[in-house]
Amino acid sequence: MSNQAAERPRPLSPNIQIYRPQLTSVLSIVNRVTGALLSVCGIVLVVWLVAAATGPHVYALVQGTIASWIGQIALFGVTFAFFLHLCGGIRHLVWDTVHGFELRSIYASGWAIVAASVVLTLAAWLPRLFAG
Amino acid sequence: MDRQRTRSPLARARGFGSAKHGAEHWWMQRVSAVALVPLTLWFVASIIAHTGSDYATFIVWLRTPLISILMVLLLIALFYHTALGLQVVIEDYVHSGVKFAALVAVRLGCFALATSGIVAALRIRFGG
Repeated sequence: MSNQAAERPRPLSPNIQIYRPQLTSVLSIVNRVTGALLSVCGIVLVVWLVAAATGPHVYALVQGTIASWIGQIALFGVTFAFFLHLCGGIRHLVWDTVHGFELRSIYASGWAIVAASVVLTLAAWLPRLFAG
Repeated sequence: MDRQRTRSPLARARGFGSAKHGAEHWWMQRVSAVALVPLTLWFVASIIAHTGSDYATFIVWLRTPLISILMVLLLIALFYHTALGLQVVIEDYVHSGVKFAALVAVRLGCFALATSGIVAALRIRFGG
């Protein structure tokens, strides 16, 4: 009996690839991915602060990297990731108060945080776009 | 069975779980998140405001007592939140022997980064 059970492979839950992507699942994954990405940005924040504390030459080096084309594109992406994680986090905090769990509200809040993240990212970059 | 029945409900509830801090991780993730909402918004707004600033202007700003305090608070909340978040991600996806090493690395890494950042902020604040 126990041998037979050991030979038969245990049932596995279906892999995520077979599901049609839904807003709910995609945003859940997005919150994790942006969180991981922002962790890397935490390293950049510390490097930037340490450079500022070290002196103008080291700071200019870090600032120059951020001001480069690649740096600016990365910073734009990071801004969007930040607002997605921020809005997604606020959505989670609202859920923690046991509100907004109806299917309609879940989709409404989902689209709301996507729209808010786009608007906030563009708003954050407006001064930069006008300046340069 | 008999031994369990002789204990009071409170004693039994207290004995549940091995570490008895089951809600702590979940709760601190929320507390740090609440702290990070104003702190990160302040930080992003400040960076936008300093887009064209040179080194000297930037340092003068960082030297302000209130800014130093906010920067240190940001670093503490940010790396606490990061440590808790990455811990969950590792626990969910890493199941090999690397798991233990990864958990330790994330904890120590976040401590090291938070300390480095705080020391840098204080050096700017109090340094010559």
